[in-house]
Order: sequence, then C-alpha cells, then structure tokens
Amino acid sequence: MTDLLQLLVFGIVFGSILTLGAIGVSLIFGILRFAHFAHGDMMTVGAYFALIFVAQIGWPIYMALPAAMIGAALLAILIDQSVYRRLRRTAPVILLISSFGMALLLRAAVQLIWGTDNQVYQPGINVPYVVFDIRIKPDHLVIVGASVILVFAFHLFLKMTRMGKAMRAMSDNVDLARVSGIDSERVVIWTWVIGGALAAAAGVLLALDTRLNPQLGWNVLLPVFAATIVGGIGRVYGAIAGGMFIGIATELSTAVILPAYKPAVAFTLMVLVLILRPRGLVRGMN
Amino acid sequence: MTVVLEVADVRGGYGGADILNGTDLKLDEGEIVVIIGPNGAGKSTLMKAVFGLATIRSGSVSFFGRTITGMRADQVAKLGMSYVPQERNVFASLTVNENLEMGAYLRDDDFGPQIERIYELFPPLKERRRQQAGTLSGGERQMLAMGRALMLDPKLLLLDEPTAALSPRYAAETFERIREINALGITILMVEQNARQALEHADRGVVLVMGANRFEAPGPELLANREVAEMYLGG
Amino acid sequence: MELGGVIEYGLFFLSFVGIYALLSLGLNLQWGLTGQFNIGIAGFFAVGAYTSAILTTAPSPHHLGGFGMPLVVGLIFAMVLAGLVAVLVGLLTVRLRTDYLAIATIGIAEIIRLMLKNEEWLTNGVRGIPGIPRPFAETLGAGTLGQSDAVFLLVVVALILIVYLALEAARRSPWGRVLRAIRENEDGVRAAGKHIERFRLEAFVVGSMIMGLGGALFAHFVGFISPEAFTPEFATFLVWVMLIAGGSGNNKGAVLGALIIWLVWTGTEFLTSMAPPEYVTQAGALRLLMIGILVQVILLVRPDGLLPEETAERK
Repeated sequence: MTDLLQLLVFGIVFGSILTLGAIGVSLIFGILRFAHFAHGDMMTVGAYFALIFVAQIGWPIYMALPAAMIGAALLAILIDQSVYRRLRRTAPVILLISSFGMALLLRAAVQLIWGTDNQVYQPGINVPYVVFDIRIKPDHLVIVGASVILVFAFHLFLKMTRMGKAMRAMSDNVDLARVSGIDSERVVIWTWVIGGALAAAAGVLLALDTRLNPQLGWNVLLPVFAATIVGGIGRVYGAIAGGMFIGIATELSTAVILPAYKPAVAFTLMVLVLILRPRGLVRGMN
Repeated sequence: MTVVLEVADVRGGYGGADILNGTDLKLDEGEIVVIIGPNGAGKSTLMKAVFGLATIRSGSVSFFGRTITGMRADQVAKLGMSYVPQERNVFASLTVNENLEMGAYLRDDDFGPQIERIYELFPPLKERRRQQAGTLSGGERQMLAMGRALMLDPKLLLLDEPTAALSPRYAAETFERIREINALGITILMVEQNARQALEHADRGVVLVMGANRFEAPGPELLANREVAEMYLGG
Repeated sequence: MELGGVIEYGLFFLSFVGIYALLSLGLNLQWGLTGQFNIGIAGFFAVGAYTSAILTTAPSPHHLGGFGMPLVVGLIFAMVLAGLVAVLVGLLTVRLRTDYLAIATIGIAEIIRLMLKNEEWLTNGVRGIPGIPRPFAETLGAGTLGQSDAVFLLVVVALILIVYLALEAARRSPWGRVLRAIRENEDGVRAAGKHIERFRLEAFVVGSMIMGLGGALFAHFVGFISPEAFTPEFATFLVWVMLIAGGSGNNKGAVLGALIIWLVWTGTEFLTSMAPPEYVTQAGALRLLMIGILVQVILLVRPDGLLPEETAERK
C-alpha cells in the first residue's frame, strides 16, 4: 500500500509536468490544426535556458523559471514567424513535417551549445521529507506548486482577458472568429507565447525532477501527446485531466512492469482512448 | 435615398467553377431585401462574396459608395457590415455573454451598454448569459447569433437562412425580431429557404437562379407572380 | 587517395545510398502516393534488421538464435515481420486523421527501440548483435573487402530495381490510381463505393515491408547492429528529407533524393571533420543542425522537390 502511495506521489509530480506540456500541444492544435512535434524539444530548450540563469548568473530556480519561459516564448515566436507562418497557407501536414524537422534542429542546437552530458541545476542531495513512510522531496513540492500556479494563471487568462477569450473563440470556430473581426495572426502569436512558455516551464520542472540532457523533452513527447489526446485534442481543460491521468497511470504501472517501458504504457493508454473514445475522455469543455 | 450596398455584375465562387455568373444587387438604406431561389443558385455564395469570404473574379461590390471588392472579412466588418452564417454561427463553448463580447472584438470603447441593448432585444438571452452557447435551444442560438452580429452596431446586416433550423413558431418570431432590428435603422439582406414567409416581411425580393438574378420586385408582387410562385415558392 | 581506395569508398557510399533509396521508396508509397504520415520508419527499419540478423547469424548465447539460415530467408522474414507490425499499427490507426497516425507511428518506433534495449534475451540489449553475414559470403570465401562490397552493391541495386519497377507498375495500375484519388479526395472515393481503409492499409503494409527489407540489407552491410543505429534522427528523419528533397509522389525522385541527401550528409561529415579535434563531439550535432535547416529551406523554397510528381497523369 505504501509503495502504491509512493508511486501515486511520483505520478502527481509527473502529471503536473505533463499537464504543462499538454496544454501547449492542445492549444496549438486548437488554433493551428497541427500536432506540434517540436514541443518536447521546446521543453528541452527551455530547461537549458534556465540553466544559463542558474549556472552563469547564479539566480535561484524561482527566478530562472520565469526568465526561461520568456526566452522560450520569444524563441517560439521566432520559429513561427520565420518558418511556420510561411507554411501555414499550405496543407497542415506540411507544418507537421516542418515541426518534426524543427524538433531535431532544436535538439542538435542544444547538443552543440551545451554538450550531451547530464547536468543538474544544483548539485547536492534533495533530502526528502518522510510522511507515513512516503518520501516527498522538496523539489516535488516546487514542481507541483509551480504547475498549479501556472495552470491557474493560464485559466484566469483564458476566462478573464480579451485575448484569452479570442483564443477560445478561434479554437472553437475559426470561420466565425474571422467574421467577428478577430485578428487571427495576433491570436497565433499569443498561442506560441503561451505554448512556448508553458513548454519551458515543463522542461525546467522535468529537469529539476531528473537531469538535464538533450533528450529530456523528446523522451516525454509521447506521454505529452498521450495526455493531450486522452484529454481530447484541442481541449485545453482536457489537457489538465489527461496530464494527471497519464502521469499517475504510468507511474503506477511501474509496480508491475519495467520502468523503462513507461512511454509504452502512455502510448497504450492513448491508443485505447483513440479507439474507444476518439474525442477524448473529457466531453464538452473547450 | 442612400444606396447602402451595390453589387455589380459579380462573377466568382470558391476557386473552382464560378457559382455567381453576373449577379447584380442594390440595397437602399432601411430596406429588408430577401434573396430566394432554388438550391445551388448561389444565394449563400453571394452573401459570402459581399463579406469577403468567397472569391470575386470580376465585377464589383461597394458599401456606401466605397469599393470593398476583395476586402478581408475583418476589414469589411470594421466598415459597419455584419454577417450571420447559417450554420455554426455561435461559439458553442463560450458563454452567451462571451459570445457577445467576441462580437464586439473590434470595439475599443465600452460596449457594456450595447450588450444591455441586445439583452433588451432578446430577453431570453439575458437569463442565460452565463450559460454555454452550445446548450441553447435552436431559437435562442439564432438570437445569440444575431446579437453577436449586432454588437458592432452595423449599418447593414447579412443573414444567411435565419430560420432554417427553426420550428414554424420560432421562425415567425425570428421574422418579428428581424423587423425590430430593421426598425432600429439597420438595413437587412437575407437569404431564405422559407421564401413565402420571408417575402411577407420583406420590402423587396430577388430571385436568384444559376448565379444570376431572374426577378426582382417588392415582396407582395413576387408573391402574386404566378411563375415565381410555381417555381420557387412551392406552388 | 589511391585508386583502389577511391573505388572502395565509392562502393561503400553507393551501398548506403541504395539502402536509403529502399527506405525512401517505401515511404513514397505511404506518403507520396497515399498521404499517410509515417514518422516511425526507424521502427520498421529496426524490425527488418533484427529479424534478418537473428535468423542468419551463427548460434549465440547472448540473444535469440542465431539460426544460421540462408540470407534469402532472412530478407523474406524481415519483410514479413515488418509487414505484420505494420498491419497492427495500420488496423489501429487507419481510420484516424493524419496527426494521429503520425503520433502512433512514432510511438511504435519508440516502443520498438525500448524493446531492443531492454529485452536482452531477444536482442542482446545495448551490446547488439555482431557477425551478421554478407551476401554470398560463403561462396566468395574470404576475399578482399572490396570484392564483398561490390557484390553487396550488386545485390542492393538488383533489389532496388525490382522494388522500383514493382512500385512504378503499382502506381500506374488501377490500385495506384485509387490510392492517389484517396489522397486527393477521400470523400469522393468513399462515395464511389471503394473500401478506403483497405487500400490505405495495403499501401501502409507494403511500404513498411520495403522498409523492413532496407533494414535487413543494412544489417548485412554493416555486420553489427545495436539500438543506437535506429534513432529517429538517422532512420526516420533522413529518409523524410530524402523523399521531400527528391520529390514526394515520384519514385525516381525518391531514389534521387536518397543519392543527393546522402551526398550532402557525407559532405557535412567531411566539413565537420576539418574542425579542431576538441569540437569532435559537437560535430554530429552540427551535421544534424545543418540537415535540419536544409529541410526547412526545402519546404519553404521548393516544397515539391527536385522531381515533382508527374501531374500530367492527374486530372
């Protein structure tokens, strides 16, 4: 029982990270209608941006995180404006190919700049708290706390601001959004700002939980996609449920199968959802 | 009389073969004009061409004397024209109030009073202001769609089959609303399948066949015309 | 470099081009002709390579088999197994939209890579499988390496010719026309009463079998395989770049793309080898970066590739 509760803790931590990635993938799909394959590597880049601030300037992680988010948002805009924007007029599948190429391009750039070795933000042991035999590291609390704050802030943005509402409107009904005079290019830029920033946050938190390496984000791309699809692709609030579901399910699965197969578990769940409930587990909400 | 909209010899469609083959249309300020005609005659296409949603290959469209041929939809909207599509004409996952806010997206001033005016015009919407538009009934949806389009305080309102999905009772009510909107000084151009009823409420009717106008006359006259009645009004 | 060295290098170079040309032809059937987005090429490539390796190597305590069977058996089963995996993926995804197929194929490829790494009884894990025989190794005896390269290249060229001619015939056949029609206008074909899912599945499976064949040839060429060789970078991405550069929808383009991109890829190796030795670990990343930029440029500037699909046959 204790073991399962311990795995549940790991699952919530992993789920908090996946949620941040899945929100971006879902949002980008909702607005631009393509699955963004470079999202995992955007997470990696974000994690390394934070490393610059931590290692070179000596900032604490809670300052490096927002800085990395800003950096990744700017990078996402740059990628969109220099490449994706020009391909948007063609078939969405060209964007799919391009983003797959972009994934490798980003990873290669990371390897080139930061090398392939494992790195950490802060050396030293993260001494866990022990509550009823369950070990919870301080970093775990940081990860879940940061994720909750970011998701809540994003929720407020969607519900309260004019741009947030325009985003929901466009992902709901592009034609009607255009008819209403919503400037789609501006919405697209904001989509990349948020997608990029949340991806960076996911990357930083994942690196905090594990280690930085160039494969960091690519290794969780499959669980992130699984979370997006389980939540209903294009449905931002579904991504939250999907992220927690996939996070917890994959961690619990390690009680019976090799941890190395975690991505396979996420994938299997995703395929099951695709077959049984093609529109995702969460209905109705956008 | 001021001419609100003038469509002159427009040909075009959606990139493939032309759907509009030399369509003409003229709307005076304050009029309600209804376009009728058989399926595939290009009624909706004409509306979309006016609003910048279909391609115009030749001919011209002008709005209060200003040429708007080939303008983007959001630019047309800025000039004071609104369009209500036939299907998917509300943001289903947004609340009623948010739908109206989106209608006012181009406005930078305080549009609170305008929202209140819309609620006065369509009281059922006010009760449901916090509800998701996807949960509304067909009649309420149509009200919301029109309400959204009125948020910019347009001078011309384009309605594509406003009563298509409605029961006869709601259809009659919708025509009443359209007259109320018209009474506010808004010129109205609509496409209607429900031709007989629409003509009763319209100042003028235009019969569109194969992308070109066949007849044009005041509503009662068209209703009395035997050929029109037999061919396009279902006998 | 003396002449012998040049020839030897040429044979080596062209053999790789040949292997990639097969992958590219397989992808062209799936993507170019049918519009199916497979970014799990690495998975089918790996299944082919490992199947043939396990079947043809001498018995080993480190992995399943080997069974010491003739090379032909290895090649055939490589295709069969890759085809079976494709049937599985295809049945699950054939009804779904492109994005889902893409995600599913990448998922399968990753799972296959995880299995290669972790199922040591089957694959010897990260230590890999050595001693995979060259074609006609026994009849030729222990000749010079150049000889064996030449023979290998002949085998590859012969197989490419067969696959190319078969694909060209298929493309012109009524079957190929239906595939293209599905790509252009799915609803129209459905309305005409064709069973779209079956046609799609067939194209997907046959394309994957060709990729499996490519994988088997790769194993027999390099003689040693390990999970390292089947990363998405080398086994999937390069193939996509080749097909896009050559011209998707055109079988000649698929082969030409393999030649040109392999030339570029080798060229980047030459370029980065001139860098100071302390940067040698970065060189691989720099090469990938250059190819990554190249593909974006191709998509922006010449999205139809060097040899665009012959449109005259289309309506």
